[in-house]
Amino acid sequence: MSDEETKENSTSPTEAIETAGPHVAAPHVVEHLELGFWRKYVFSTDHKMIGIQYGITGLLFLLFGFSLMLLMRWQLAYPGEAIPFLGELFGPDRMPEGIMLPEFYNQLGAMHGTIMVFLGVVPLAVGAFGNYILPLQIGAIDMAFPKLNMASYWAYFLGGVTMLTSFFVPGGAANSGWTSYAPLAVIATMGQTLWLFGMVFLITSSLLGSINFIVTTIQLRAHGLSFMRLPFFVWAQLVTAFLLLLAFPPLEAAGILQLMDRLAGTSFFLPSGLVVSGVPLEVSGGGSPLLWQHLFWFLAHPEVYVLILPAMGIVAEIIANNTRKTLWGYKSMVYALIFLGFMSFIVWAHHMFLTGMGTTISAFFQTTTMIISIPSIVILTALFLSLWGGSIRFTTPMLFALAFLPMFGIGGLTGLPLGLAPPDIHLHDTYYVIGHFHYIVAPGTLLALFAGIYYWYPKVTGRKLNDTLGKIHFWGSFIFLNGVFMPMFIQGLAGVSRRLYDGGAIYAHAQGVLHLNEFISVSAWLLGLAQIPFIINFFMSMRKGKKVSDNHWEATTLEWAATTSPPLAHGNFATVPEVHRGPYEYSLPGHKKDYTPQNERVEV
Amino acid sequence: MEIPYTATARPDTGLFNAKLGVWMFLASEVMLFGALFSTYVLLRVGAPSWPHGYEILNIPLATLNTVILISSSVTMVMSWASLMMKEFKKYKMYMGLTILLALGFLIVKGFEYGAKFSHGLYPSESTFLAIYFTLTGLHGLHVIGGIIVNTYFWGPGSKMWHTDPQRFTNRVEVAGLYWHFVDLVWIFLFPVMYLL
Amino acid sequence: MDLTHADNVKKSVKAYIMVFVALMALTIVTVAISTLHLSVRAAIVVALFIATIKAGLVASYFMHLISERKLIYAALALTAIFFLVLMVLPVLHYLEPIGN
Repeated sequence: MSDEETKENSTSPTEAIETAGPHVAAPHVVEHLELGFWRKYVFSTDHKMIGIQYGITGLLFLLFGFSLMLLMRWQLAYPGEAIPFLGELFGPDRMPEGIMLPEFYNQLGAMHGTIMVFLGVVPLAVGAFGNYILPLQIGAIDMAFPKLNMASYWAYFLGGVTMLTSFFVPGGAANSGWTSYAPLAVIATMGQTLWLFGMVFLITSSLLGSINFIVTTIQLRAHGLSFMRLPFFVWAQLVTAFLLLLAFPPLEAAGILQLMDRLAGTSFFLPSGLVVSGVPLEVSGGGSPLLWQHLFWFLAHPEVYVLILPAMGIVAEIIANNTRKTLWGYKSMVYALIFLGFMSFIVWAHHMFLTGMGTTISAFFQTTTMIISIPSIVILTALFLSLWGGSIRFTTPMLFALAFLPMFGIGGLTGLPLGLAPPDIHLHDTYYVIGHFHYIVAPGTLLALFAGIYYWYPKVTGRKLNDTLGKIHFWGSFIFLNGVFMPMFIQGLAGVSRRLYDGGAIYAHAQGVLHLNEFISVSAWLLGLAQIPFIINFFMSMRKGKKVSDNHWEATTLEWAATTSPPLAHGNFATVPEVHRGPYEYSLPGHKKDYTPQNERVEV
Repeated sequence: MEIPYTATARPDTGLFNAKLGVWMFLASEVMLFGALFSTYVLLRVGAPSWPHGYEILNIPLATLNTVILISSSVTMVMSWASLMMKEFKKYKMYMGLTILLALGFLIVKGFEYGAKFSHGLYPSESTFLAIYFTLTGLHGLHVIGGIIVNTYFWGPGSKMWHTDPQRFTNRVEVAGLYWHFVDLVWIFLFPVMYLL
Repeated sequence: MDLTHADNVKKSVKAYIMVFVALMALTIVTVAISTLHLSVRAAIVVALFIATIKAGLVASYFMHLISERKLIYAALALTAIFFLVLMVLPVLHYLEPIGN
């Protein structure tokens, strides 16, 4: 298709590359509305500012959620010992004499999961990258509904504040795990109510965001940007938006039902005859704890694809750019992505094999689960094959992107035994599960998100992140992430449960693998240290980083056709770009340079 | 710069932005109410006994409410049709009627709730009442949302008719799509809760 | 029918009135049938059948789904599939006793 387009356009060779480039003074100059501080930086309706807001808030929550885990790791490595220096600061309700109480451990566990998933990774992967990059990549001047976009960020912000506040109410934050299984969560302390309210805010935020992403992608694509010319990142965001749109409402319904149970005394999730601490609960009963699990996992399984698809999108962009060749099998990747999104809605009960599921329905979910691994493997294989024969530039973002591939591979392959009921009976709720999904989300998605930050930082700031610090950050993160999660497989295979306050110390079957707890914890703390170069780099490079050109990576997609940190107030492009070719036209034979931007009319 | 396709349709999709947006929103609403209906089915299937709606609930009042809501859907679509035919005064009348009917629906619903509470029938009484109050309550919230939106387009929002009539007509159409959906949910809610 | 033209809208107003009458009639029918106290199974089938017709009328005429763009149909088809999944699969899980 792009070839035809090129031939067609080559009839007007007078138009040199430069004239189609973005640097030419536009015939009609973008009007610059001078906005006040509040409208410009706080209540902004510009997708780029909202993207930055999402990014910074998301990174802060990631750091916060991570530090909760660093505290837990002390308790797991040295059960019952006081945490030096820090412990006393938490007060006698949480850590009397610096020793962590089991109740507080449960709060940390539940909130670590909630914060990392809903307040850290999704806002960063979708809210930040999606908001900032997607409109630029499709040549739009902004999102389709800028005010909704602002509302989406502030709903997210309120949700975050609600979650943080819950640490300070009587009984502390939610402590029934990030899955909030009923009936435990229904009878839990007040923090659970705030958790539910927080979730309602976050779900609202996601819904507003996803509607915006879908409409923007479909309606505001630049002229000539057909669906099969969309960068893979845009496709990933589009499918993700559909997942958020259709999977989140059932959790919202479940949240409402649990709120009713907690506040109005209903029994949606409370079966008859429930006895708590030796006292029968005075409720009408007749509810179903399984109902919560169905509604929760109906969201939460698509949610794991919400966590991974944008990461795949980012990695695909960076791999195409740094191998200097087009993606191998772009179309099959797109179809695999769509199929993956579709299938992710009908696999959720593989989280529930142990709930007394009949063999027929269990066979159904085992089959769909095995089927969904196929499109994941198609995408991963295509990304690996894209490296074949490329002239790879080992830039910092590329290192992170390359590391994503095997890490995601380990995460995905270790998931297969969990998708089949017989091995799952042994592995369910052990550290093996923790290892499996963290390999997807931490060494997988997080490395991809870091790759994205290193890759698009020049677009946002006009400066490059320092490469030396970046490489220290990369190797530190890569090694210690594996140090944290690889031993968990060993512990899990030995049967150590994931929710133990003492890390398994009282169980005979855990004794052989107990020594790994210390290794994991030390790796986790070192992983924390490895983030310091990144934090320094992130702030230092804003002022002192090397200044780079608009298209520093010599990339082809449209975001690089805009100037560096494009002007706010819906003014992304001096002239609205027109698209003439596919997204990754690198190293075309007979062309002067090894990349041909999508908006370039003709190569002389 | 202005965001394109707020008033006119994009040629290749044939849609203006808000229309696609509201359909996406309604898709998510289908899943929201779908989850609650699924809850209803699951609870009922799992219950040793389940009361007939007509034993507990007031069918005449609910039938009246069905009539009110269906009528409001007609006045809503008529208000949009009036704008299409450039009859702004008729629009005002039909939209006003829609809002009044919606308020009427809430008043009737209020009487129904009040009667239940006065007989000590609270959501905590049984799973039937729990799902009844949750479903109708959430539906009621949607009615309130619709009233707020429609009142805005009836009052201050209608100024846009004089500056950008096409875009205003689009807005009313979109508000209408939402309102018909609220009607549609009730069309299922009514037999499921009251008649079965 | 292309509803972007005022003439066509005029014609469709007639259709709206007819749909309104049909909806009212179906409401009366469904309430009347409910007074017969059919068996639960039959009552569910009849009531949902009538409700589906009513919903179909509202969606087709008031929401103009009868002449909507392909894109909307596609999105709604997708939603309908997941809606069915959500309605059916949890109940199947519930109905099938362990060990069968």
